[in-house]
Amino acid sequence: MRTQPRSLFDPTLVRPALFAAFRKLDPRHQLRNPVMMVVWVGSAFTTLLFLQAAFGQGEAPAGFILAISLWLWFTVLFANFAEAMAESRGKAQAESLRKARSEVIAKRFIEDPLASGLPRKENGAPGAFFEPVEANGLVKGDFVLCEPGDFIPVDGEAVEGVASVDESAITGESAPVIRESGGDRSAVTGGTRVLSDWLVVRITAMPGETFLDRMIALVEGAKRKKTPNEIALDILLAGLTIVFLFATATLLPFSQFAVKQAGQGAPVPMTMLVALLVCLIPTTIGGLLSAIGIAGMDRMLRANVIATSGRAVEAAGDVSILLLDKTGTITLGNRQATTFIPAEGVTEEALADAAQLASLADETPEGRSIVVLAKEKFRIRERDVHGLSATFVPFSANTRMSGVDLADRKLRKGALDAIESWVAANGGRMPEGVRTAAQTVGRAGGTPLVVASESRVFGVVALKDIVKGGIKERFEEMRRIGIKTIMITGDNPLTAAAIAAEAGVDDFLAEATPEAKLKLIRQYQSEGHLVAMTGDGTNDAPALAQADVAVAMNTGTQAAKEAGNMVDLDSNPTKLLAVVEIGKQLLVTRGALTTFSLANDVAKYFAILPAAFLATYPELGALDVMRLHSPSSAVLSAVIFNALVIVVLIPLALKGVEYLPLPAAKLLSRNLLIYGAGGLVVPFVGIKVIDLLLTVLGI
Amino acid sequence: MTLHTFVTFGLYLTVLLVLAWPLGLYTARVLEGGKHPLSRLFGWLERGLFRLAGVKETDEQPWTRYALSFLVFNAAGLFLVYLLQRLQGVLPLNPAGLPAVSPHLAFNTAVSFATNTNWQSYGGETTMSHLTQMLGLTVQNFVSAAAGIAVFAAIARGFSRRKTGTVGSFWVDLTRSTLYVLLPLSFVLALALVSQGVVQTFSGKAEVPYLNPPGPETPTQTIALGPAASQVAIKQLGTNGGGFYNVNSAHPLENPTPLSSFLELLAILLIPAALCFTFGRMVKDDRQGRALLVAMTAIFVVFASVCALSEQRGNPVLTAAGVDQAASSTQGGGNMEGKEARFGVADSTLWATATTAASNGSVNSMHDSYTPLGGLMPLVLMQLGEVVFGGVGSGLYGMLVFALVAVFVSGLMVGRTPEYLGKKLEPHEMKMASLVILLPALGVLVGAALAVASPEAVSGLSNPGAHGFSQILYATSSAANNNGSAFAGLTANLPFTNTLLGILMLVGRYGAALPVLAIAGSLAKKGTVAAGAGTLPTHGPLFVTLLVGVVILVGALTFLPALALGPIVEALRLS
Amino acid sequence: MNDLRPALVLLAAFTVLTGVVYPLAVTGLAHVAFPGKAGGSLVYVDGKPVASALVGQPFTDPALFWSRPSATSPAYAGGASSGSNLGPSNPALKTAVQERVATLRTADPSSAPVPVPVDLVTASGSGLDPHVSVAAALYQVPRVAKARGISEESLNAVVARHIEGRTLGLLGEPRVNVVALNLELMGRIPER
Repeated sequence: MRTQPRSLFDPTLVRPALFAAFRKLDPRHQLRNPVMMVVWVGSAFTTLLFLQAAFGQGEAPAGFILAISLWLWFTVLFANFAEAMAESRGKAQAESLRKARSEVIAKRFIEDPLASGLPRKENGAPGAFFEPVEANGLVKGDFVLCEPGDFIPVDGEAVEGVASVDESAITGESAPVIRESGGDRSAVTGGTRVLSDWLVVRITAMPGETFLDRMIALVEGAKRKKTPNEIALDILLAGLTIVFLFATATLLPFSQFAVKQAGQGAPVPMTMLVALLVCLIPTTIGGLLSAIGIAGMDRMLRANVIATSGRAVEAAGDVSILLLDKTGTITLGNRQATTFIPAEGVTEEALADAAQLASLADETPEGRSIVVLAKEKFRIRERDVHGLSATFVPFSANTRMSGVDLADRKLRKGALDAIESWVAANGGRMPEGVRTAAQTVGRAGGTPLVVASESRVFGVVALKDIVKGGIKERFEEMRRIGIKTIMITGDNPLTAAAIAAEAGVDDFLAEATPEAKLKLIRQYQSEGHLVAMTGDGTNDAPALAQADVAVAMNTGTQAAKEAGNMVDLDSNPTKLLAVVEIGKQLLVTRGALTTFSLANDVAKYFAILPAAFLATYPELGALDVMRLHSPSSAVLSAVIFNALVIVVLIPLALKGVEYLPLPAAKLLSRNLLIYGAGGLVVPFVGIKVIDLLLTVLGI
Repeated sequence: MTLHTFVTFGLYLTVLLVLAWPLGLYTARVLEGGKHPLSRLFGWLERGLFRLAGVKETDEQPWTRYALSFLVFNAAGLFLVYLLQRLQGVLPLNPAGLPAVSPHLAFNTAVSFATNTNWQSYGGETTMSHLTQMLGLTVQNFVSAAAGIAVFAAIARGFSRRKTGTVGSFWVDLTRSTLYVLLPLSFVLALALVSQGVVQTFSGKAEVPYLNPPGPETPTQTIALGPAASQVAIKQLGTNGGGFYNVNSAHPLENPTPLSSFLELLAILLIPAALCFTFGRMVKDDRQGRALLVAMTAIFVVFASVCALSEQRGNPVLTAAGVDQAASSTQGGGNMEGKEARFGVADSTLWATATTAASNGSVNSMHDSYTPLGGLMPLVLMQLGEVVFGGVGSGLYGMLVFALVAVFVSGLMVGRTPEYLGKKLEPHEMKMASLVILLPALGVLVGAALAVASPEAVSGLSNPGAHGFSQILYATSSAANNNGSAFAGLTANLPFTNTLLGILMLVGRYGAALPVLAIAGSLAKKGTVAAGAGTLPTHGPLFVTLLVGVVILVGALTFLPALALGPIVEALRLS
Repeated sequence: MNDLRPALVLLAAFTVLTGVVYPLAVTGLAHVAFPGKAGGSLVYVDGKPVASALVGQPFTDPALFWSRPSATSPAYAGGASSGSNLGPSNPALKTAVQERVATLRTADPSSAPVPVPVDLVTASGSGLDPHVSVAAALYQVPRVAKARGISEESLNAVVARHIEGRTLGLLGEPRVNVVALNLELMGRIPER
């Protein structure tokens, strides 16, 4: 899926796009886009006018009409080309996806494999009673066995076993991922391959409706529906087109009347009117609009996010509340030991030594971090647990402690109250200093672990969430563009507040339950906010379904993926920030090109109007501020400029306007300056340059 | 511009804004059904009317019902005015024995007054009986303005309400606007105007001997009299513009002094300006209303200044003929053809631009005789869609539609799907907004195209060359935008022209009001999106600039070709 | 049609209220408060109305001040107000102005080199403008003085008495009411 970044005009993309541009000349295709339809009709009409002029009495020199007609056709072709270019990138990606969907023979269980007492194979997988079935013969609820080398036939859920799976066909990530039954890593995707061990998979999607199929369809844009915003913009552009249609059509009777009133000149030729019309209607945005939309989805795709609809991409631009899981998004996955706070009369090194011993067999990330910290600070080497003839005492919910029993002593680490009662039971007591230190750590958002050996308390190990580097700045950026970030965590409010302050989020939801999340989303929505969140677990599904932009992790459960409207193939919760930016970029590009397109018209009037009426009212020559060579070169230059500007703007449409995290007013004034004022000025220069070239070339 | 022009403009805008503010807040209270001194005084009348009409104060209508009530009421009024004209010959209060009005003129006039246009194809003193004037025209002056306020109230509620299906009650809005806003203001203004010499009498005329008789056949001057002040007051306040006399407020008995002119001029923009404050109050964000007012004022000041500059510079043809048009201590100077000596260039141009910025259409000077650029300003102000102040109610709702378009384009540029005052703009709103902008514009262009192709309409032209085309363009611009002013040399009282302009007035009024009501309905149904740093602020200078830009750009792009063949070429030719 | 009842009832009610009650009330109050002004500001001499103070009259006598050109027919027809509505580029306007300039210069050849104040050769908007600019009045002083056989100084003083300044010093243009000025020249003193 992750294709090599191609250059914008990669020849392997351009060539098919060129062919497609001609195929799209079919008027039925143009009907979808009123603006370009008008250009198409104008092109056809001027072609007829040319034929009339070439073989009979024309209204203007045949060569002039031909030149206009050709450039009008080019205008249509350029717009087609832009759309084809945007589509071709998706098509190339779809092609590589389709390769993953090669025909697979699945091993379908005849009986329920979950029934007890089934025979087992050597590797422990349920042994018998399956039949080979083609993947598209599977139905929902079937069970299949997937062993090393097998492709997972269609989407499903692992119900037994654990396996490493190569999902690179979907995610582009070559490192295999673990899939196991139960929990949040049970979803498997059709087209991925089991590398080791085995899985029993219950089929949850019909062939043809799998994630891969949906992805291909989305990428190809086959089911691409216009988004509400696109439709609204289409309506506005159609409205403007109608206005200009009438403004130019009525010029014919007006100019006839002017000829009568002035007693000189001739009515304006139809060719000029068509040229004026095409120049005035918003062809720039009209021609690039669908390319912008497709390119927006494409950019999501390149960020490895699959959006289920263009609407979801747009909504991402509107998001004003981001709900972010603390773990993995704001903080590194796990807490880490940061300091040793020894009890009175205990050296820090002694505490570190005891803590390391107590954690040696503790394979949790927290435990490892204590070992590492002791090693870093005091060069205390890791000791071999077995060599010490120690017994490992794992953490239990009952004791809320873990530790190690050595030959000579027992070491425990755990929460303050748990250790306190353990120490008391062994005849010791908790020193006040340790108690205070533990409470201080807790208040600062850390987790205090008290280390003790029977009656003797060594001190406190402070564990802390480590906030990801650079995340605070990201949130600051978000705040500037009006997006509020809210941290979701299962921690108690005290801890949550401390981390929230350190990470710079605007608010937090502590001790979060699925119900609390759902309630929070609804509350913000009722205040008129659009809420975005990420989630991976099944218990996230209700909240994901409620959120306006819901990014499900690809590693997550099937339920989460179904509930979300985007899937992040990288399963990187920070991706939400990128999603928002891509959404905004899409909208900004649309607005910028609309503004540019409209602002362009001013210059075109100054080029064409004096040319059209020069014979009747020579005084109007005063409006020809560009001092163009002749009436026909003026009109032709304007038409050529109008066509070329589409080509010039294709890269912008495909790449999107650069989005800067600025407050709305600043962003607007910046874009207005570039695309509004720029749109006013550029055509004056462009038309003049084209006119000069035409004159030099003697056309 | 002379110092006097600066002083006049400055004083005018200052007094206007100072008066508009309290009036706007008061109107908001009236429309929201709050208590105020007049409701205590006339509450019995209001309640009595509701009881008679079978209307409950608390009745709420969805936009479709609201629109239907609006249409039915308008249709009834239109029919009444038509009948009065057709039957005036056999009805009482017709001292001059005027005959029935021709069908096409009666249609044109009925439409004209019901749509708040007050285009007058007829001469006031010589066509309509007193009965027609009083029961037909004056009444429509009030209720067409009140209907405009009602439609505005509906869209203001569309913005302020959340997730409801209703936009208020047309009957309640109509009644309250008339009783508590239009009638009291008119009454006060009418008396103030009489104090300046505006006539208010039921005797038809006075005869005085000429001091220096021009000839034996005309020994006496007949001075037409009548109940002018009461009609003038509402025609100014209600952006109607249909004058008592043929030359409207240029007539010395309709507008005798600079002070009366100042008052009438204030009345033109007073309610449209005040409604901006009303809007801010109704959507609970005063800044929003102020921003719209600033945008309107900015456009107005520029157009008025260009108009004044051009008129003050005068007509080069006259200078060549040995005429002194320069301003000095003893004369205002400038292009005085069609202008009154007591008003001069400053008062006349301010009026010309105010009356076309608003959809008033009354005049105190003859626009037809303006210099090309001076006449271009009123013409363009109408073509912009009567949104710079605009008609009572209709101007602001038109401006709101432009705000929607401005927000749509600029909202995208800040990376959000567009929203205005917390309401998301979706295909339905854009469809309706496009109609509001499209229909009057098409009316102007298609109407003018039909007119230039009609020998009959062309026969009504009084000026040759490009100016003749300007006359036609001015007429269709005026009708399709419900203004009512004219390049008055055009003879419009012809079957084709009357019918065409009548249709344009209908298109202009209902082609805007109905889509606006549809927008009101769909906005009221929506929830409100919370504002934040990512929301485009619609009350700052940036948005005002943008709004002005959109209004000007859309207008310019639509009409530049047509204008090039009229005033622009005439200007280039004269200079 | 449950809209019909409120539509008809309210239309009828407003017809009475705004079409009958309102104008009658204004008329009644106006006649009490401003009787002369409500009736057309007529000027009485010897108990007879001789003019309206607000409506202009045509003057052709060289011994009187002339009003502005009027586009009504006949000129200063108080029953049918009208402007010329000639466009700025209309040749008819040019011709008309040239003729008016010529007439003024013929009536007072001494004024020939002086450009004519613009309001004196352009038609007013109403065709009933009672005023001319101060410049236009002063322009005529030599002719009227010569015709009346009085000194220009004394005539200037009469004109000066009739100059109406700007209202509050701010509004409108300074002007001279030709009707009032001529009434004084004719020795007819309006009653107060």
